[in-house]
Amino acid sequence: MARGAIAEAHAWALPSLKGLAKGEKALCSWDEDAITLAVEAARDCLGPGTPPKLAGLTLASTSAPFADLQNAGVAAGALHLDTGVPCLDASGSTRAGLSALAQSLEAAAGDRLVLAAERRAARPGSVQEMQYGAGGAALLVGEGDLAARYLGRESIMVPFVDHFREADARYDYAWEERWIRDEGVARLVPQAVKSLLKRLGLGVERVAQFGLSGAPAGSDRMVAKALTITPDRIIPDLIDEVGDAGAAHAPLLLIGALERARPGDVIVVAAFGQGCEVLAFEMQDGGRRPARGLARAVEAGVTETAYTKLLSFGGELSLDWGPRSEVQPKAALTQQYRAGEQITGFIGGRCSACGQVQFPRLPNCVKCAATATQTPFPLADEKAKVATYSADWLMFYPAPPLYVGLVQFDAGARVLMEIVEVGAAGIDVGTPLRMVFRLKAHDNLRHYGRYFWKAVPTA
Amino acid sequence: MATGIRDKVAILGMGCTKFGERWDAGSEQLMTEAFNEALADAGIERKQIQAAWLGSALEYVNMGNSAIPMSTGLRLAGIPVSRMENMCATGTEVLRGAAYAVASGAVDFALALGVEKLKDTGYGGLPISGRGTLNDLWMPYCSAPAGFAQLASGYRAKWGIGRDDLKQAMARVSWKSHQNGVKNPKAHLRKAVSMDSILHAPMIAEPLGVFDCCGVSDGSACAILTTPEIARSLGKKDLVTIKALQLSVSGGRESGSAEWDGSHVVNTRIAAARAYQEAGITDPRKQLSQIEVHDCFSITELVTMEDLGVSDEGRAVYDILDGAFDADGRLPCQIDGGLKCFGHPIGASGLRMVYEHYLQLLGRAGERQLKNPTLGLSHNLGGVPYNGVAAISIVGLQ
Repeated sequence: MARGAIAEAHAWALPSLKGLAKGEKALCSWDEDAITLAVEAARDCLGPGTPPKLAGLTLASTSAPFADLQNAGVAAGALHLDTGVPCLDASGSTRAGLSALAQSLEAAAGDRLVLAAERRAARPGSVQEMQYGAGGAALLVGEGDLAARYLGRESIMVPFVDHFREADARYDYAWEERWIRDEGVARLVPQAVKSLLKRLGLGVERVAQFGLSGAPAGSDRMVAKALTITPDRIIPDLIDEVGDAGAAHAPLLLIGALERARPGDVIVVAAFGQGCEVLAFEMQDGGRRPARGLARAVEAGVTETAYTKLLSFGGELSLDWGPRSEVQPKAALTQQYRAGEQITGFIGGRCSACGQVQFPRLPNCVKCAATATQTPFPLADEKAKVATYSADWLMFYPAPPLYVGLVQFDAGARVLMEIVEVGAAGIDVGTPLRMVFRLKAHDNLRHYGRYFWKAVPTA
Repeated sequence: MATGIRDKVAILGMGCTKFGERWDAGSEQLMTEAFNEALADAGIERKQIQAAWLGSALEYVNMGNSAIPMSTGLRLAGIPVSRMENMCATGTEVLRGAAYAVASGAVDFALALGVEKLKDTGYGGLPISGRGTLNDLWMPYCSAPAGFAQLASGYRAKWGIGRDDLKQAMARVSWKSHQNGVKNPKAHLRKAVSMDSILHAPMIAEPLGVFDCCGVSDGSACAILTTPEIARSLGKKDLVTIKALQLSVSGGRESGSAEWDGSHVVNTRIAAARAYQEAGITDPRKQLSQIEVHDCFSITELVTMEDLGVSDEGRAVYDILDGAFDADGRLPCQIDGGLKCFGHPIGASGLRMVYEHYLQLLGRAGERQLKNPTLGLSHNLGGVPYNGVAAISIVGLQ
């Protein structure tokens, strides 16, 4: 979303927002949230195929959709993780992403997946509306072939309340930035970094990558200067491309550093919030590179300028979608449980009698009608293309038109699916597709969102 | 060995309301209008009807579930009445139920009635229905036009036809039906429209514009069936008998495997082949006098010409543009305006198609009467092209 478009819409009342109208912020579609963002980041991190054996999964967010229904558990289902993987939500502060990472790094043996994702609401016309961006990050931690080696952590917790959001409140309330910067960031962060480096026996000149999240714009430069870290060693703050991604921001900065650093480089990332969290790493030459990663994800962004789209997608503006939107999509939780693996994990079936791959996995094979012959067949990473399609302007859909069509998987399955993120070039029969985990429908009466997979054009 | 339905059942009487936005009438009134016309035409009394089938597709905006609303509405005290629902093919399904009852010898007189009250929703288009708890978890909620519009993408891909060329032929389908609808006093839409208006109408579901979509209408249609012998004994001279009644329902392969190319409707082809065999038709292009097809959308009618074998594969576009299916063409199609202009009260549509054949065969079609028709085919689709119901009925003079 172009910040200029937001400022322009408010210029009649809030001309001062123009001062913040630089660059873009990452905008979620109506069907994305902290869970779906985390899942997409995790898939990029883990790569296609059978997920690795994990000792834990943590999802950190201050804006996860569920208060009592584990968000990490939904992500684990989408990632088709073993049901024995312990899952946990981390929240309570925008430093939760870095805190969760530290906890996993310091846990007992075994690989752990740390996800951090955020889609925070902001009051229209607020500074936060200009600043906040959505994003998701995933880091796999463990032992063996490493991209970076964890060196240590410094954690300071003080009652410095720079902003807050009560449990049921929609928006953050923030104090004056000058106070936050001068009295909070400037005093607490350099102290924590120094303390960590001292403990690790590292001189500040060893820090090749330094990043700071959760603080007013420019704080990273201010802290770097105080620490005598030269500006070229500051990790790009992503503010002009993504915006402040809350709990996901420090993990995103770390990923940015991992994408830039050379073996031997020391990376220090800090997250400010009621004190601060600081983690240090040393770059190695191993690890698995993600298929897309951060830089390419930012590059793939498409600039949006329709401000009411931001409002509508975020639930800030209730457009008149007409009587067709009156349907309340109540999910049968019993059925959702019976089909849980199929729906959340996008696991179809492969018939052992005739080999046909299919979705959903019904009792009788779609091709040969044999009963109970199907073994689970994951479809989320399979190649697919458009077999038929239309763009539906009649049906209620929060991001019209609804592109719908039969999706043909190379593996043989064919599924009627929503096709999202269709660009100006449109789609046609044969357009290649990849699968993404998204919100299928939201029941506004009972406050329950349910998820399924959608197809995205790759060309 | 099964011998089929051919000539075992005669249509004793038929009725059909005016279709359209019937702000004046509820389902009870619509049923009564169609039924009274059929009863008078049949020349029998209400109490002689021994079994009845009610077709209504969307019970939550119509009159509720079960057959009781018709039994009560028409005061059919005590006889067996069954409600049938098979999406938009419901109208043909009730005809099938009643015809089989007569053919089996179980009853002498059976009633088949379809009714739909769609204009009590408060908005245009069809209301949204659920698809069961499992499908609701994964299947996209798309509109009926978006379901059928996908045929256009498949057809273009298969035959290498440009978007504009296909759109032109689709527009010609609707243009023809509007021409025909003008001459039908019971039709919902009785206004000719220009090709230009059709081509530039607002988009509903790409590539279907508003004129590519049929009318959403209120209405009812009805048939009273008996055996040819009883019909003759009652003094009927020109007998319209049922030659074929066939149904084909998807087993999920079109939407669940790569078997289908998206350019046609598999079930129509299956049902048509069986119906031609049942009716003893070997050359439908020559033997059929007229056809009423399920033109819910222009693209549906276009591919149906190939599915019924009245156009060669890949040639429907050209046949349509050449006027082959116009009122004065080689095989008149939708002479009553079709779903497009007569309208589409779902549960009634299959019977409405047969009603037009019945009128034409008996020479009662007024201004739109064709010359000496002998055999008419109705094609009634339910669901979507990749997951649905195709019903074919063929009626003719005995």
